[in-house]
Amino acid sequence: MSAVVAEHDHHDEHHDHGPAKGLVRWLITTNHKDIGTLYLLFALAMFFVGGLMALVIRAELFEPGMQFVNPTFFNSMTTMHALVMVFGAVMPAFVGLANWQIPLMIGAPDMALPRLNNMSFWMLVAGVLLLASTLFMEGGAPACGWTFYPPLVLRDCGHALPFAVFSVHMLGVSSIMGAINIIATILNMRAPKMTLMKMPLFVWTWLITAFLLIAIMPVFAGAVTMLLTDKFFATSFFDAAGGGDPVLYQHIFWFFGHPEVYVMILPTFGVASTIIPVFARKPLFGYSSMVYATASIAFLSFIVWAHHMFTVGMPIAGELYFMYATMLIAIPTGVKVFNWTATMWKGAMTFETPMLFSICFVVLFTMGGLTGLMMSVAPTDFQYHDTYFIVAHFHYTLVPASVFILMAAGYFWLPKWTGNMYDERLARFHFWMSAISVNILFFPQHFLGLAGMPRRIPDYAVQFADWNMVSSIGAFIFGFSQLIFLYIVIKTINGGTGEKVTDEVWEDASKHSLEWTLPSPVPYHTWATPPEEVPSEHF
Amino acid sequence: MIDSSGQKNTRLVWILAFVGIAMFGFGYALVPLYNVLCDITGINGKTNAQAVKEVVYQVDKSREVKVEFLTTLNESTPLLFWTQATTMKVYPGQYYTVNFYAKNKTEKTLVVRAIDSVSPGLTKDYFKKTVCFCFSQQTFKPHELKTMPVRFVVSPDLPKQYKTITLSYTFFDNTELSVKK
Ligand code: HEM
Ligand SMILES: [Cu+2]
Repeated sequence: MSAVVAEHDHHDEHHDHGPAKGLVRWLITTNHKDIGTLYLLFALAMFFVGGLMALVIRAELFEPGMQFVNPTFFNSMTTMHALVMVFGAVMPAFVGLANWQIPLMIGAPDMALPRLNNMSFWMLVAGVLLLASTLFMEGGAPACGWTFYPPLVLRDCGHALPFAVFSVHMLGVSSIMGAINIIATILNMRAPKMTLMKMPLFVWTWLITAFLLIAIMPVFAGAVTMLLTDKFFATSFFDAAGGGDPVLYQHIFWFFGHPEVYVMILPTFGVASTIIPVFARKPLFGYSSMVYATASIAFLSFIVWAHHMFTVGMPIAGELYFMYATMLIAIPTGVKVFNWTATMWKGAMTFETPMLFSICFVVLFTMGGLTGLMMSVAPTDFQYHDTYFIVAHFHYTLVPASVFILMAAGYFWLPKWTGNMYDERLARFHFWMSAISVNILFFPQHFLGLAGMPRRIPDYAVQFADWNMVSSIGAFIFGFSQLIFLYIVIKTINGGTGEKVTDEVWEDASKHSLEWTLPSPVPYHTWATPPEEVPSEHF
Repeated sequence: MIDSSGQKNTRLVWILAFVGIAMFGFGYALVPLYNVLCDITGINGKTNAQAVKEVVYQVDKSREVKVEFLTTLNESTPLLFWTQATTMKVYPGQYYTVNFYAKNKTEKTLVVRAIDSVSPGLTKDYFKKTVCFCFSQQTFKPHELKTMPVRFVVSPDLPKQYKTITLSYTFFDNTELSVKK
């Protein structure tokens, strides 16, 4: 009890002064906006680190034959690129958005557990640094694929394995703490009138994502721990010689792995559902169906994992079950795509950069979903599996979807956060460069995959040369286009175009969500008293 | 207000943390679950890992079942490994003995382990071994050649649709692992 009172006093004290001065502010901060900023900047940095690795991959694949790197390093690059992008860039970026936006959107003064929040962030940094340290070790970074399949990983991952495993433990603890914090914030700190079914969709998707994270990150931690004990302590979970089974690993991994891809896409859906209505000047079409669709996608994500393993030799009944269950996911996903389209239908649309990215997301994500559906057909997946076709599939669902929506979110909320407007002309240029080059980069990979080019190889048969070259050219254009984004972000933080934005920033945005009723830039402390009224779904 | 939300938070945090820990346990629980599932569905086709008692069956001379033998070496197991016969026609209910041979190619003592499986997996309950080198680890002295008999029976209640059973052995090099243990 007394601890609670002390906490209260501490809070009051905080109201009087702003952030601590200097760099220490960032180390000790418990302010949700500061931590959100930290997450976002860290994610942005990792986006460029992971991007650089991707360019190493694409440079090597520009032509057949070995050009720049040796095969092991090439494999390290594919492994590290995936890990850095998933755990270092996309997930932290969405946690950053959650930190900034959830309290603002539900009318809460901060996250429920501010100190835990600080710890989650620094744990993430430590985990990623630990992972990155393997790059400089003898034997190099893990080169066995981000999925860590045994027996390969037990034999060839060298010194890197224990570091990668401990890094996964840290990232897992960080995500779980973050998820607990988000759930506690959403369930306990909403403004009195903010009922669950009035929450903005971004908040809903994060609530569901947070539950996914708590359910799956421990399973992943368990799986890699089993790898560790198999390697160093003579257990034989996955070692056939000792009576184990490597296929078991795949089951455990994908029990985590499939929901994990939804951890990256559900908040994406949430942001898209927030941005599209604002620029269509209409309420979101089918709000409650969006909520139920999100929940059913999350539920289904737990029972479809073996669509990643159609080729391991499952009984026919298993193949059929996982095939139909996977196809089922297309239904709630289709509901969402329909709702976004219906929101735009007859809307008074304008095409500022956040909207451009969002529309591009709807179109290109649908393509990724479509190839997913193709691969969910078990007999045809035998052809697609482990080829560039699947590489094209998941990059369509991740790059022009999650990553584009993250950039849309940046353009959408940065003016609110900083009080400065970004350079719209340059931003549109960034959009068109990204939207065109992302297709040059990934579309040809469908052809390569269908023609039989395997994934994760540094060299390939000459018949694949043309499309690889096209893909690599697209990769370099895409990569360098992102420097425009970096430039715009830095410039906006430092004053932008000089034009001061209104509190609403976007026309009538305050009808959609609470944060637009606050001043721009958002003060360091907000919603000390919760808002009286909350936006209603119909206006 | 802050007061009560603080208590609510604490409760929720403990519940959620508990769910997280339980899910860690669930990951491990998948291991026995998987083994049970494999056993029921015949995935992996694991036959008896311990010797079964030799019981006399009524021999079913009305049909013959083809039994195939595969000898495989897991990568980097330095043995030569072959069998006396690659296929055999057998009567269900009758006992047969077939010899397997393995030779150590190195100057070192090897500890190896053979893992067997049958295909189709669901025939595993009808394929019984009374003598097998796969029941325990095998130690090979430098360049030693071993003759390893396998005595087996296909039980007469094998469903009629199975005409061929493939028995596969894979030798794994456990020398390092056995040192660790
Ligand atoms: C309509 C929805 C979707 C369906 C039906 C679907 C189906 C599939 C299937 C069957 C595979 C396995 C292919 C193989 O290994 O042969 C796969 C792989 C993959 N999917 Fe999807 N998918 C869908 C949506 C998504 C989304 C939204 C994401 C991520 C945001 C995603 C990310 C991935 C990733 C990362 C892999 C590859 C994992 C790996 O092997 O490294 N998918 N998908
Ligand atoms: Cu999946």
